[in-house]
Amino acid sequence: MISILRSMWLVFLHVFHKRETVEYPEVKPYLAPRYRGRIVLTRDAEMKERCVACYLCAAACPVDCISLQATEDADGRRFPEFFRINFSRCIFCGFCEEACPTYAIQLIPDFELAEYNRQNMVYEKEHLLISGEGKYPGYNFYKNAGVNVGVKGKGEGDNEEKPVDVKELLP
Amino acid sequence: MNVFFYIAAVVAIISTIMAISGRNAIHSLLYLILSLLAISVIFYLLSAPFIAALEVIIYAGAIMVLFIFVTMMLNIGLERETEKKWLKPCMWIVPSLLAAVLLVNLILALKNVKSIQPDEEAILPKQVGISLFSTYLLGVEIAAILLMAGVIGAYHLGSQKKKVKHRFLEIN
Amino acid sequence: MKYVFIIAGVLIITLSIAAGLIWVERRLLSVWQDRLGPNRVGPFGLGQVVADTIKLFFKEDWVPSFSDRPVFILAPGILLITILLTFAVVPFGPNFYVFDSNIGVLFFLGNSSLGVYSIVLGGWASNNKYSLIGAMRASAQMLTYEVFMGLSLMGVVMMADSFSFCKIVEAQKDGWFFIPQFIGFIVFFIAGIAETHRLPFDIPEAEGELIAGYHSEYSGMKFGMFFVGEYLGITLISALISTLFFGGWLGPSFLPPVFWFLFKTFFFICVFILLRASLPRPRYDQLMELGWKILLPLSLLNLLITGAILIFLK
Repeated sequence: MISILRSMWLVFLHVFHKRETVEYPEVKPYLAPRYRGRIVLTRDAEMKERCVACYLCAAACPVDCISLQATEDADGRRFPEFFRINFSRCIFCGFCEEACPTYAIQLIPDFELAEYNRQNMVYEKEHLLISGEGKYPGYNFYKNAGVNVGVKGKGEGDNEEKPVDVKELLP
Repeated sequence: MNVFFYIAAVVAIISTIMAISGRNAIHSLLYLILSLLAISVIFYLLSAPFIAALEVIIYAGAIMVLFIFVTMMLNIGLERETEKKWLKPCMWIVPSLLAAVLLVNLILALKNVKSIQPDEEAILPKQVGISLFSTYLLGVEIAAILLMAGVIGAYHLGSQKKKVKHRFLEIN
Repeated sequence: MKYVFIIAGVLIITLSIAAGLIWVERRLLSVWQDRLGPNRVGPFGLGQVVADTIKLFFKEDWVPSFSDRPVFILAPGILLITILLTFAVVPFGPNFYVFDSNIGVLFFLGNSSLGVYSIVLGGWASNNKYSLIGAMRASAQMLTYEVFMGLSLMGVVMMADSFSFCKIVEAQKDGWFFIPQFIGFIVFFIAGIAETHRLPFDIPEAEGELIAGYHSEYSGMKFGMFFVGEYLGITLISALISTLFFGGWLGPSFLPPVFWFLFKTFFFICVFILLRASLPRPRYDQLMELGWKILLPLSLLNLLITGAILIFLK
């Protein structure tokens, strides 16, 4: 009997406690910079697409929500002809980001992806591509490695040795 | 007042007939409850509100709930076959003849009874209580002893022997 | 004409309290659980009442094909009728009652015992084993608690020397009955919770065990009637507690008596909700044991002592 009254009193005291509810649309929660939310495709410092359409993200995706088709421009620089992510399938695991060799695909802290029409959850390349560099400003894949597509010549990259001239190989 | 009396009386008679003739046990019980309610209305019109209230509380509210409870537990469905067997003419002719004799007897007896005029003043719980505990004290005490016997019997039937063994180890 | 106004007033007050409780209960529960509760629809979320009502009205009202159709439809109506009928004898103010019956307390007891049928028949007519178990539990629980609900009120009746609610209120002018009748008050309160099968005694519903118990198969406005019936039951028991034990409309005269009555009623409604927020559900046999082994002897003892003292004082 006393324990019942005591528990009623203790529950009553909760009137004076702090509310736990976050009133979401008005009060936004803090999201860490590394939060895995909506997926974007970034550009390099010259505002050219970073993606080289290597298909590694599509291969890494556990739910097969990424589909793309590679193509080349006149310089031989590869880029995706289309790039499509079905966000109604995506589980935001971040494997695509880890697989990407060029830091092109990135997950950003944004989770507000609700749509009334399910088809609107399928994002095309123009929806995914942002005009910014994302988490790795200044990085350009073609300046470090890769073939000559007009960004740098062979062996002129930042961390590259000059190519070995086999004809100069003298003892 | 007369109009209300006749309405209640008609409801009581019809619902009683439905209660007897119904096939579905629960529906019959519902008609019986209705008839009890109609009878309590009649009691009220006879300026006995206390008895009317007790009729509702005890008969309609408690005893009939127990009836329904038991009927639900036993899950009595539509047993047409057995009921048809009971309704053979040789089964009901003799009792109904006897009942008809009783009915004639009753009508003859009613002719001689002066009609009871209901008192204008309502019989309140206090008067009922006083008469119960003075004039009818013996009846009350006998009823109390009967109830006590019922309580003890129910306790005896309901009491469980304390189990010594685990139920898996019991032999039966 | 005045009569019509009083009936309309009583109906409007009780039904709006019952509907408003949809919102009050959810807000109060959230207060005691460190949440905010519904606050989106309208100011303070008050529009939630309207939203829920509209939702209930427009839901599909499905009668299962395996049910006992007439009884299934009848059952929720019985609950509302019996509870609303009881409000007729509750005095809201000195001249604000539908009728002052000289067997008012018995009228309430009779109606509450008829209210059992709605749950028992609803559970049985659903033809669903969980509903049936709920109905069984309800009938046993409510029969048990009716017994000493009546007995616990007899102390009050003896002190007021009448079954009429108005006379009972007037008899409390010198002192409210909850002091001399404290045991009666406690027993009546517990029995009232069990009669309205509110938490913690919501054993007939028992969401975790029986889905929704007796109203598992109900939908649409038929469910809505059970829903409103439960809130009306809370309102009724709170109103009766304030009438029988806390002086009804009596109170300091700077506010109208109706206000005092509604204030006390609302206080007990809040206590009901606090009970829901704080206590777990007992097991079925624990409930029965509490009833027959503790509360029944207590109420009999209360009856005996009250009677003895009253005779001694005379």
